Amino acid sequence: MIPEIGHYALILAFVLSVIQGVVPLLGNATGADRVMAVARSAIRAQWLMMAVAFGVLTYAFIANDFSVRYVAANSNTALPLIYRISAVWGAHEGSLLLWAFILTSWALAVSHFSRRIPDRVVARVLSIMGLVGAGFMSFMLFTSNPFARQFPVPAEGRSLNPLLQDPGLAIHPPMLYMGYVGFSVAFAFAIAAMAGGKLDAAWARWARPWTNIAWVFLTFGIALGSWWAYYELGWGGWWFWDPVENASLMPWLVGTALIHSLAVTEKRGAFKAWTLLLAVFAFSLSLLGTFLVRSGVLTSVHAFASDPGRGMFILFFLIAVVGSSLTLFAWRAPKLRSTGRFELTSRETGLLINNVILVVMCVTVLLGTLFPLITEALAMGKYSVGPPFFNAVMVPLSVPLFIVMGFGLLLRWKRDTAQRLMKQSALVLIASLLIAVILPLVWAPSFEPLMALGLLMASWVALTALMWVLRQGKSPFKQPLANWGAMIAHVGMAMTITGITLVSVFNSEKDIRLEPGQSYELAGYEFRFDGVDTVQGPNYVAQRGSIFALLDGREVAEMHPEKRNYGPGQMPMTEAGIDAGLFRDLFVALGEDLGDGAWSLRVYHKPFLRWIWLGAILMGVGGLMAALDKRYRKLAARDALQLNAQVQQA
Amino acid sequence: MMKYFLPLGGFILLCALLFFGLGNDPKKVPSPFIGKPAPAFELPRLYADGETLSPADMQGKVWLLNVWASWCVSCRAEHAVITKLIGDTGIDIVGLNYKDTDDEAKRWLTQFGNPYYAIAVDAEGRTGIDWGVYGVPETFVIDKKGTIRLKHIGPVTVDDLKTELIPLIETLRGESA
Amino acid sequence: MTPARKRRLTMVVLLVAGVGLAAALMAKAFQENMNLYYEPHQVTAGEAPVDHDFRLGGMVVDGSVRREEGSLTVQFDLTDYTDTVTVNYTGILPDLFREGQGIITRGRLNQSGSFIADEVLAKHDENYMPPEVAESLKKAGKLPDGEAQ
Repeated sequence: MIPEIGHYALILAFVLSVIQGVVPLLGNATGADRVMAVARSAIRAQWLMMAVAFGVLTYAFIANDFSVRYVAANSNTALPLIYRISAVWGAHEGSLLLWAFILTSWALAVSHFSRRIPDRVVARVLSIMGLVGAGFMSFMLFTSNPFARQFPVPAEGRSLNPLLQDPGLAIHPPMLYMGYVGFSVAFAFAIAAMAGGKLDAAWARWARPWTNIAWVFLTFGIALGSWWAYYELGWGGWWFWDPVENASLMPWLVGTALIHSLAVTEKRGAFKAWTLLLAVFAFSLSLLGTFLVRSGVLTSVHAFASDPGRGMFILFFLIAVVGSSLTLFAWRAPKLRSTGRFELTSRETGLLINNVILVVMCVTVLLGTLFPLITEALAMGKYSVGPPFFNAVMVPLSVPLFIVMGFGLLLRWKRDTAQRLMKQSALVLIASLLIAVILPLVWAPSFEPLMALGLLMASWVALTALMWVLRQGKSPFKQPLANWGAMIAHVGMAMTITGITLVSVFNSEKDIRLEPGQSYELAGYEFRFDGVDTVQGPNYVAQRGSIFALLDGREVAEMHPEKRNYGPGQMPMTEAGIDAGLFRDLFVALGEDLGDGAWSLRVYHKPFLRWIWLGAILMGVGGLMAALDKRYRKLAARDALQLNAQVQQA
Repeated sequence: MMKYFLPLGGFILLCALLFFGLGNDPKKVPSPFIGKPAPAFELPRLYADGETLSPADMQGKVWLLNVWASWCVSCRAEHAVITKLIGDTGIDIVGLNYKDTDDEAKRWLTQFGNPYYAIAVDAEGRTGIDWGVYGVPETFVIDKKGTIRLKHIGPVTVDDLKTELIPLIETLRGESA
Repeated sequence: MTPARKRRLTMVVLLVAGVGLAAALMAKAFQENMNLYYEPHQVTAGEAPVDHDFRLGGMVVDGSVRREEGSLTVQFDLTDYTDTVTVNYTGILPDLFREGQGIITRGRLNQSGSFIADEVLAKHDENYMPPEVAESLKKAGKLPDGEAQ
């Protein structure tokens, strides 16, 4: 009975989302306030229904209700409670449910926190989000119903893919989806503005905090995914340029461009068409990511289940959403007039350059990801490109990006002079150069040009950000939260650059064969192998190795990599042994039993690896601070007053 | 102005590419095994220690090979349909227990019932490879001469019985050995 | 030219030059980094490049995996059921590497015609078959279509 309640709730939510999508538009057309007000009630009811549906599915997992096919396929009684809950979004149907639930949650939040925004704008925004939601819910109801039953009821379920039984992955998809779906708010505001024809800077002001928050979630989501891949896949890498990773990186790149471009449109009234386009792209790329992951068009280590029939549905949905948005753009954009004039030497130019670089990076990732499809479509053969391609393009592109990132902050809006810029940046430039030259000479075993370049970029980005906050004229403590946010986010980027550079240049790894008692020396550490024993886990049996790391004869770390066997029909899993540190990670993975107690082992020494993710955390914190700045609320209220006054005059 | 149509144009190109990618699906190509003799195997039987089973034992009659495993969820849904098929047609179905353990398989059969004529144990999945099994469940129809006539991928549904399997079994039974 | 026009022109020239540079960079990277996929019979027929990396896929032949005593070097045969190529690999094989499994390797041919792999890829899914391998096996009249349960 209970699963049917979830199913009915989902159907009701679908009906309500259609109402939410259509009725406010009718109200908009006729100007009837009452009809537009339907949007707010509809979204509340719809959120309630989605919460019921999601709660029911979660309950089915907790209660081990294997009559629900999705539960039986992804959970069993031996699975610990936390993974039974995270299994709700562990596979296709449930992750769609989560997607739709998050979408309605964003829409509810928009309706709740937008009381100062004119009703007709909110009605339009909610209507667009309702239509997107209706698309996703019909996708679920027609092709992937999570509540479908099966008879006879199996006594035991199949269990969750062992790769997914992990705390990092329990929260990674919700974070990522919060980001993906969060871009629907900026998208909805952009479409609403285009549809309404009133294309001043107001929409950008309303959309900014939402976009920032979505970007924060996406940043955290990507960092979590990278961290998970590092410790769970057992290959020691933190980024693989895998199609699924790329699918999340693309919206992030465009989203980063968007939050900066929105700032220009809002503050200076420039880049109007460009910002609209980026808002459409950021969400379209989120949809494209869903398509790539779910359709099986591209193969990937992460794409666990795929189905071309579903792919076709998403493709048509993508065409409907993105095609109509871009048509609307082509129709409305020529009427746009940017009001903010700016000189060549100005912050606007800096932001424009970086916007273009970010978009070019995104196109690179897109082309590289789709390359196997492109060559096959052109009948060139089965080519693929791997990480070397992405590195060869992304690294050179990031150098001008970081340079302009620093100059952009120091430049003034509208008009500036090269002399002033030079005077402003000279000190920072000298300091960065000193850091980039001296640090490698003092600290590193050898002088690596790549390391010097990376450190130069990192210190330039960090120091310009610091300088910007200090030199604003006001005391740094009286500055708006948004400025502090931007500074912290830039410093976070600098940290990530440092981490990426150092781990790429000084990473050492080795595959070795060790007998119990034997040692191997890597990067100054002595790894002693003490053999392997068998241990019993909650739902697996594992071979557990013991490795001790010694520095100058002193024991500094103990690592226990495992090889887990989850029983028939499930693949074995390698669980790495990691000793984490702020300045270096030691990483050991078990290979295979070579007989006589000897094992093949993979050992790594990764300096500054954690900085990559710490930087991402700082970026997220910075984004959050910017989103919470009071300024938005004040200005949004002012805009709303003006708009309402205009309406009353007319 | 034309330049505002550029994003739309790029998007249309991308969609064409993705559409091509979907159409490029390897699943839609028919199995190369249809019309070929059933690959031979000699596998131990479940519930009959020491005895083996091979396709030659089934020569002269129409039979089905159903690939299943206790860990396969769709097999549970299929189980009732397979049982119904036997009730309707009296056909002999050989179960190929794929990448499973004997204990788990027996527990599964005790729980749901054992409709099979005989069960061959393919614990390593080697026979599955010879037969081109890519996932579980899969079902093959073999005629009196030992030729594979149909391969059904995924769980057999009641609709499949009506539209596909029962008519085919009746036609094949009419053929001479 | 008015100052406004001049500024606009400078901007456009800068953008076009920048994007052009990026495109050139991308084209060069594509050219240097694409790996073509070959099947074992193409390798035995001499179609595969001798001095360039490529990907080779097929089924690991039953009973062909040999491990060199006391080292991490493994040798195994890959087949598309038409021809067979011997692969040498030093290092740790992925969890799902096993005989009878479809895999893809990346590496190059040595002088004696055997394949030296830098990387062995087997997907993290029991029922998975790399699509390239699936297709070449299908062409050889062997295997597969279908879906993972």
